[in-house]
Amino acid sequence: MSTFPAVFGSAIDSAAGSRGSSKLVARLHSVSKRYGDVQALDDFSFQLAPGEVVALLGPNGAGKTTAVRLLLGLIAPSSGSVRILGRDPREFETRTRIGAMLQVGRVPEVLRVRELIDMFRTYYPSPMSVPEIIRIARLKDIEDREYGKLSGGQKQRTLFALALCGNPGLILLDEPTVSMDIESRRGLWEQVRLLAAEGRTVLLTTHYLEEADSLASRVVVMNKGKMICEGTPAEIRRSISGRRIRCVTRLGLDFLEGLPTVTQVKQDREAVVVTAEAAEDVVREMLVCDRSLSGLEISSPALEDAFLALTTQA
Amino acid sequence: MSTSAIAIPSRPVEGNHFARILAKEVRYECVKMLRTRAFSLSVLGFPIMFYLLFGASNRHTEFARYLMASYACMGTVSACLFGIGMGISMERAMGWLELKLASPMPRVAYLVAKIAGSAAFALVIQAVLMLLAVTVGQTHVTPMEALRLTGTVLVGILPFSAMGLLIAVAVPANSAPGIINLIYLPMSFASGFWMPITYLPHWLQKFAPVLPTYHLAQLALGTIGMAQPGGGAQHLQVLAGYTLVLFGAAWMIFSRQEAKA
Repeated sequence: MSTFPAVFGSAIDSAAGSRGSSKLVARLHSVSKRYGDVQALDDFSFQLAPGEVVALLGPNGAGKTTAVRLLLGLIAPSSGSVRILGRDPREFETRTRIGAMLQVGRVPEVLRVRELIDMFRTYYPSPMSVPEIIRIARLKDIEDREYGKLSGGQKQRTLFALALCGNPGLILLDEPTVSMDIESRRGLWEQVRLLAAEGRTVLLTTHYLEEADSLASRVVVMNKGKMICEGTPAEIRRSISGRRIRCVTRLGLDFLEGLPTVTQVKQDREAVVVTAEAAEDVVREMLVCDRSLSGLEISSPALEDAFLALTTQA
Repeated sequence: MSTSAIAIPSRPVEGNHFARILAKEVRYECVKMLRTRAFSLSVLGFPIMFYLLFGASNRHTEFARYLMASYACMGTVSACLFGIGMGISMERAMGWLELKLASPMPRVAYLVAKIAGSAAFALVIQAVLMLLAVTVGQTHVTPMEALRLTGTVLVGILPFSAMGLLIAVAVPANSAPGIINLIYLPMSFASGFWMPITYLPHWLQKFAPVLPTYHLAQLALGTIGMAQPGGGAQHLQVLAGYTLVLFGAAWMIFSRQEAKA
């Protein structure tokens, strides 16, 4: 791991006026990653500017964890380049500036929370103070408990604490609130917002739309290794419009599809779900044509629908 | 300008820093091993239990001394195979190792700490066995012999750590305990850990010198003057050879897995 050429390289890089890229915290440039037959990432490009909170949103298998692993230097791309702060993510210096929370199957169960934090803090030249870590990750009364004896939410908070140990400028969170209860989830969101307010850059991956919506200033929707679209949460939601009508009706699917402004008709067990722009007109027509219509519900499209629509189109 | 914050590092990890990380890793490795009852009880327990069974019933005889040395070998081999083989295998499968590798922790520190932890266990087993030999076995152990046996245990750590490492990278985590037992038990038996190999069938006696455990046992027995004829140097050479080959194989397999990842 000779660092001299790498440092030289990045010094030249910024001196040569690529100011734009040297300001970026992270950059994946046309990255592809192949595992045997599976194309985990396909010509994927992505940039992360300082202070942003960005969510990579996508179903399982979209390539989100692969992207995180590349950014952490755990794997190398099949093609394309990965840069953190303008440098190779595998360098020691780079690693001291990042904190990561990965989906770890099991942590050594017999070690206590305090001991795990102690161990990780030793890796970094200027770690965050222990009381600070305990406070942010909300581990106050469970420091002396063995990891194996923690609840799911407490375990996640411990992993979150480990990500903070190095006082990182860039924090990567891979599905951070999986298996957390609602209270813990909201607690973590709160902490992420505070970290971002301190000027740290946060990249999180998630398949919870609410999480992306709630935390991210920018959302990148991914599926099958490609970027589907990118924008603020509001922009993503706006890209699917119309409202959702659910009812039990004798009317046929073909007829419903033919009604004006209807974009989608689906069977949902005993009921039918119709998505339409002008919901009131469609309902009026349906009520006239079918007097036995029952169980009527009208709602705004769930983010689930918007998200599914985006990822199944591609 | 962001580059002003990036000082030119002299070396990836400075000596002091590395030493501190290593010390912490070794400490927590030992803590882990001690608190994992399944590991500590079986690795510590078996040699002790066997000595209480067979050493006691052979008290006052040379056999009590024989078993002290051979069970010390057993402790060394099992501490390494289970501590490193299963330890690393499980941590890899759990994703824990990945989290540590994503951090600035130097890889070498992790490996050395694991070896040091196993070595600590092996030395404790040896010490307890010597104590048992003197009390329950009612034999004697001279300080010189104790020192030489300690040296043998330390020598034995190397090839069996290498073996543990090879198992950890080559074998799927679920099969690791099974494979380790499959290798370790017959190997120990055929190498004379339970009884001198002159008591074993002829074909087994001919086969034994292939096994690294045989050579370790011979070295250990040599410290108390009970080895088979043939120089200690030969055994050291075989163990050194095994260490190189096993480490090499583990390195190759690991590199290939990294390249594919």
